[in-house]
Amino acid sequence: MLRFRLAPDNVNFGFMRFRRVSYPFSAILSVVSVVLFLTVGLNFGIDFSGGTLFEVRAKQGQADLTSLRALGDKLGLGEVEVQAFGGGVDATMRVRLQPGGDAAQQVVVEKVRAVIVNDYEVRRVEVVGPRVSGELVQSGTLGVVLSIIAVLTYLWFRYEWPLAVAAVIATMHDLLLTVGFFAVTQLEFNLTSIAAILTIVGLSLNETVVVLDRIREVMRKYKKTPMPEIIDLSINAVLSRTIMTSTTTLMALLALVFFGGHVIRSFSLAMMWGVIVAMYSSIFICSPVLIYLNPRAAEGEAEPAPAKAGKAKPAV
Amino acid sequence: MFRFPRWKIASIIAMTLAAFLIIMPSFLSKATFDQIKGKLPKWIPFEQVVLGLDLQGGAHILLEVDQNDVIKTMVGNLRDDARRIVREENVRSLAGGYGVQGRTVQFRIADANDRTKIMPKLRQLGVGAANAMGGVGAPSIEIVTAEDGMIRMTVTEAGLIDKMRRAVDQAIEVIRKRVDALGTTEPNIQRQGADRVLVQVPGLQDTGRLKELLGTTAKLEFRLVADPGYNPSDVDMLPQTDQPGVLPVEKQVMVQGEDLTDSQPGFDQRTSEPVVNFKFNIRGGQRFGEVTAANVGKPFAIVLDNKVISAPRILSPITGGSGQISGRFTVEQANNLSILLRAGALPAKMNIVEERTVGPGLGQDSIDAGKLAAYVAGVLVVCYMLTTYGVFGVFANVALAIHIAMIFASLILLQATLTLPGIAGIVLTIGMAVDSNVLIYERIREESRAGRSIISALDAGFTRAVATIVDSQSTMMVAAVILYFLGTGPVRGFAVSLGLGILTTIVTAVTMTRMMIALWYRWRKPTTLPI
Repeated sequence: MLRFRLAPDNVNFGFMRFRRVSYPFSAILSVVSVVLFLTVGLNFGIDFSGGTLFEVRAKQGQADLTSLRALGDKLGLGEVEVQAFGGGVDATMRVRLQPGGDAAQQVVVEKVRAVIVNDYEVRRVEVVGPRVSGELVQSGTLGVVLSIIAVLTYLWFRYEWPLAVAAVIATMHDLLLTVGFFAVTQLEFNLTSIAAILTIVGLSLNETVVVLDRIREVMRKYKKTPMPEIIDLSINAVLSRTIMTSTTTLMALLALVFFGGHVIRSFSLAMMWGVIVAMYSSIFICSPVLIYLNPRAAEGEAEPAPAKAGKAKPAV
Repeated sequence: MFRFPRWKIASIIAMTLAAFLIIMPSFLSKATFDQIKGKLPKWIPFEQVVLGLDLQGGAHILLEVDQNDVIKTMVGNLRDDARRIVREENVRSLAGGYGVQGRTVQFRIADANDRTKIMPKLRQLGVGAANAMGGVGAPSIEIVTAEDGMIRMTVTEAGLIDKMRRAVDQAIEVIRKRVDALGTTEPNIQRQGADRVLVQVPGLQDTGRLKELLGTTAKLEFRLVADPGYNPSDVDMLPQTDQPGVLPVEKQVMVQGEDLTDSQPGFDQRTSEPVVNFKFNIRGGQRFGEVTAANVGKPFAIVLDNKVISAPRILSPITGGSGQISGRFTVEQANNLSILLRAGALPAKMNIVEERTVGPGLGQDSIDAGKLAAYVAGVLVVCYMLTTYGVFGVFANVALAIHIAMIFASLILLQATLTLPGIAGIVLTIGMAVDSNVLIYERIREESRAGRSIISALDAGFTRAVATIVDSQSTMMVAAVILYFLGTGPVRGFAVSLGLGILTTIVTAVTMTRMMIALWYRWRKPTTLPI
């Protein structure tokens, strides 16, 4: 049978040398992400900014984007964001939150529907009032904060402090870069984006745990070997798994991006970015931290209480 | 690792069969499904996957009780009660009128004796509502008396909260009747938080009508039109729906909509114009008869939500307990009005604070897109696993197929809703489910390269990888659980698929793969590892 492997066996690649490149690189990306988030900001969808969204399909020919855009002025609704997709037959229109509370948003629906109903099939209408969007922002923020707390708690119980710190740094790095991704691409940031972020946190942690588990195992086996070598040994050992799993996950996500429909495209794209970043950070960000933190010393402290490290396998 | 007792093998196979059996009905068309479902006994779990509104199309509308409207009604009632008590107790020292401001009603009783006389009665007003909460709660109104005899009665926060809570309960009843009248299948109406009602109507396209039915309070009143030379403080100037301008209508309400027992749309016999026919209960019928008898020749205003629908002249006393409302309606308006009157008035105004409507066309497109993505992802992953791991790849792929069947089976058994992000979650788990197999296989290869015998490499590979699998899957579980508790609608669907996927992957990737490899080993007695 034909076999192929993306990661050859017995690789022995010196990953740790790259920290002199990867650290400045990631630092720049993180700073750029924060700066972009604060200056350009995210393209908040109506879930968080409030307003009205229409998805329409032209009954004949192509959607006339100019005339749809002009509806904003014509109906006095302010700027209307129009985006075409599906080969130009479909379009989404986003009307900003109108002053005048919840009732004012309903007026928008009536007005717009009345004007377009002859030429377009209205396939989706979403109206989020000012109060509800405020609450969604709250629960979204709470979700991200809670997941960070949950991650920290998990790591606290799971690892000695140097490994936990390394994992936290990697997870935060992935979180920052994901936010940066939304700021750069200006993909719509909505409720499913929050779902994407939380899933990326989970995925990133998943990658990190696999690498850290192995580092801990190898560290106990070769007590005298210097840390950088131990880390390289561990990463090379799990490398084929990391590449395999990332590839299958990316395959699934590619299928979603190309065939899953426009409604979840921004979710799928963000997830793809997350998988790549998580793979990168588990190797180039998380592990090198351990060179500086000397986990062996902490290991010595943790030895009298093996219950904490109970899940780790004894060295062979 | 290779000693698999018979019962374990049997139960794993039984579980797999059960999963595939449970998902079978979902492949049937709706009509065939209903037909078979009708013939089967109830205890058989013959169900289809529950699709979210984003997939089957429909309307999701979140209504909120208008707090200001509730306060206005409460304060208005408070003023009326105070006025009644003052009148009943023959208090003569009322100085000036009744002032209403925000949540407060104020009036001045100059005489101290009069004040002590009415105070217990006024206090009683606040106690009643608090007791309705079941126990001695906080009073629903607070009464403060000033030196100059000014009495200020204020609706308290506790009183307002209690009132809002009851308003939501009543509103749910009324809304259910109204939505049922639309004749759609399985609408879902439920309380959400302290002051909201969620209405979900699957398959509904014309949300305009639904929103009209939900957005109307439908408070019906019969009031006399004031004679010329009226006292302005006794009338309301109300707008008319069938013509411009306002009409002076007496404040006193003669008969109310709550005295109606039935209403039906119909046509006027003479003009064949759409009308609404109604019937009163006994009390309403008597009152209506008395009022019409005493006011023959005068216009009688039919007021709906403070707008005059029409003001026909009373030609003769109407004593039969039934009547007709005309108001230049269209057929649909007459239909809607009769539904509204039958269902009764909402206890307060309700605002639409969130609306998400998906047409059936888009829902079907989303299902098709999700399916296609799932198939493509499945084929890619299956081929990739086969070329990388050979016969072990076959095991992984079988485990993957069972894994997906189990996700759907658990969705069906739990009657959890499948949404578009939920489908994305399942497609994502297609990619991630093989992670467990990969972890195990890579570990086996490694152990084998380190010089172990086949059997010892297989054994070590499994035991060592399982610890990592449990660890790495539990991190994803954390994300899924948080999403479930914070997410709403579609996002919650994603959390459910993701969480179920994580649970089933541990069963399929670990136990099933192990069993398949054990059986294969016994059968082939291999001398080299095929991975």
